[in-house]
Amino acid sequence: MTFEYAPAPESRAIVTIKPKYGHFIGGKFVAGSKHFPTINPATEEVLSQIALAGKADVDAAVKAARKAYANTWSKMSGKERGKYLYRIARIMQERAREFAVLETLDNGKPIRESRDTDIPLAAAHFFYHAGWADKLEYAGLGTSPKPLGVAGQIIPWNFPLLMLAWKVAPALAAGNTVVLKSAESTPLTALLFAEVCQQAELPAGVVNIVTGDGSTGALIVNHPGIDKIAFTGSTEVGKIIARAVAPTNKSVTLELGGKAANIVFDDAPIDETVEGIVNGIFFNQGHVCCAGSRLLLQENVAEEVLHKLKNRMEKIRVGDPMDKNTDVGAINSKEQLAKIIELAAVGDSEGAERWSPACTLPSKGFWFAPTIFTGVTQAHRIAREEIFGPVLSVLTFRTPAEAIEKANNTPFGLSAGIWSEKGSRTLWASQQLRAGVIWANTFNKFDPTSPFGGYKESGWGREGGRHGLSAYLKGVSHE
Amino acid sequence: MSNRIDVKKTYKLFINGAFPRTESGRTYEVKNAKGVFVANPCLASRKDLRDAVVAARAAHAGWNKATAYNRGQILYRIAEMLEGRRGQFVEEIVNVTGATKTKADKEVTESIDRLVWYAGWTDKIASLAGSTNPVAGPFYNFTIPESMGVVAAIAPENPSLLGLIDAVAPIITSGNTVVVLASTKAPLSAMTFAEVLATSDLPAGVINILTGKKDEIAPWMASHMDIDALDISGLSSKKHADIKVAGAENLKRIHSFKSADPGRIIAFMEAKTVWHPIGL
Repeated sequence: MTFEYAPAPESRAIVTIKPKYGHFIGGKFVAGSKHFPTINPATEEVLSQIALAGKADVDAAVKAARKAYANTWSKMSGKERGKYLYRIARIMQERAREFAVLETLDNGKPIRESRDTDIPLAAAHFFYHAGWADKLEYAGLGTSPKPLGVAGQIIPWNFPLLMLAWKVAPALAAGNTVVLKSAESTPLTALLFAEVCQQAELPAGVVNIVTGDGSTGALIVNHPGIDKIAFTGSTEVGKIIARAVAPTNKSVTLELGGKAANIVFDDAPIDETVEGIVNGIFFNQGHVCCAGSRLLLQENVAEEVLHKLKNRMEKIRVGDPMDKNTDVGAINSKEQLAKIIELAAVGDSEGAERWSPACTLPSKGFWFAPTIFTGVTQAHRIAREEIFGPVLSVLTFRTPAEAIEKANNTPFGLSAGIWSEKGSRTLWASQQLRAGVIWANTFNKFDPTSPFGGYKESGWGREGGRHGLSAYLKGVSHE
Repeated sequence: MSNRIDVKKTYKLFINGAFPRTESGRTYEVKNAKGVFVANPCLASRKDLRDAVVAARAAHAGWNKATAYNRGQILYRIAEMLEGRRGQFVEEIVNVTGATKTKADKEVTESIDRLVWYAGWTDKIASLAGSTNPVAGPFYNFTIPESMGVVAAIAPENPSLLGLIDAVAPIITSGNTVVVLASTKAPLSAMTFAEVLATSDLPAGVINILTGKKDEIAPWMASHMDIDALDISGLSSKKHADIKVAGAENLKRIHSFKSADPGRIIAFMEAKTVWHPIGL
């Protein structure tokens, strides 16, 4: 007997989307010159026209940020700065539903995730960092750590508001001012955040938000008036940024790509593990830099895990992101969908075996069914390259040492997963894995108190916790 | 006055616990402050660097796994060995750099004391750079700093011994292994220091010392894909940009420092955060 779910759509009535937006500079919305559309990737409906920031806009934003830094924000006591951040956190909580609906419309992620993960975590990030503002001398960087100045921040489209919070909250708590560029395909929640800054009466110029594409990002990276670059995005662009800032005195943090191994030992609790595998790769359509995209199964349980995983995947609900029962929403953009399709085709041509559950995908919008590839080897491109979509590559291993060797055989080192009931084995594996975040018997958990960031080509620095805060302060001996 | 002829030392490289000559057969002349010939140390080649990186990579797993207590004792043992041979170092520094005996003596004293200082950090740095994180959920969550892997370093021209120790000691304190390029003009105390290392129970490959030209070796270090990080304190700041551009290919962590500081240890550590559910 099959139970059908009745549709449970969230209402979009709570949000008002303007037909056209400008930039948020010096506390005011200013008109842009050129515009480009932002669409709902689940329907291809044009939601609004977004300004494309050019040199003059970025200059104006940097100027406003510098002025606010010099005249207001760097002179204000930490106690007062903190109160502004608390205000922002509270207003985000008050308007959480509005943010969640807007995020889902612009990004395509299920409302369940934007409502339960993205928005609450973003507010929590501001609340956490608010408390740091008047305690910086206890952050382990000496008795008088100093802010860096103006931070240029470039965020991706996968967690638009959450990535904004990860960047803006620590920067402001440490006494910096910011110029933030939202992602090309997901600008709307950043623009709503600008309204929150106004409601919180944040001094003009402390937060400036420009919208645009990669060309706007390059203007920020190369701007001489900026002291710090914080970027989340691809490793390819991260390296371009690292080269661009090499001749300058800019500080840099980079949160880049990943190809995380999710290792299942033969003593793992299989049912919980299957949930963890699904969460690891299908959370947010797999648009997650720390996604558990390489499943490493111990050979003697591989068959059982795969059988249960396929059963579980049959029950994943793919479709309308605004439906509260939806598990997997729309792929964020046409370009990203093309990239996923291309890499999946490479998986086929290199001899891996593709499997997806039967699911009906909507006719409009950008969609990709949850997919696993079995028979994958380390040489396959789908085992090496970040797909950034709902595609899982399955490999097997015989001994724990082999699992670790395979897991670490990648230029990335952002995250990894371990599934085992044996405490000593779990801790052993967590020691051996070369990755910045290790989830043992869980996956894709985030918290403002918990540092996040990668080894090797997954980036520089951490975000979250005391470690993340230090990326916005001077006080250590090295440059 | 006896007519005995001195037995002079051949200065070679220090790679994987052994003292090989450069595979290139190249040397350069070191003269003392008065312009008198002193020695022909090796002009290390790119292949020597590669060999040193291979040794450092192979040594990393064991050194990283050694207990902090053990690493501390070995660093302390290096200080003991250096103390025992301080006269030789003073003499060498005076001879090569023309420094006064008092100044050379001070440098050696500081070098010994610096090693003792770092020896004490091995089992304390984690409590500074680590944390337990009170996440909002039923999870035990902690962050521990751990070594990065293989770090390469350019030691400053001067002070040639203290500068070298300031480069290598913080790097190995946390469990990294290192390939260091010694002072070009005054490389002799670095190579004599290798003899100290060789008798200090330091596992082979943990510290590898090259002599040669910064302009040759630094770019090779920057572009080497199996080096995780670089300390370029000994490199002219005009050269930093090019090194950083080359190092971006594998996103090396590249730093330079002005003083001895625990931040110097932490700069070459990665923070690893582990989550585990709490429940019955």
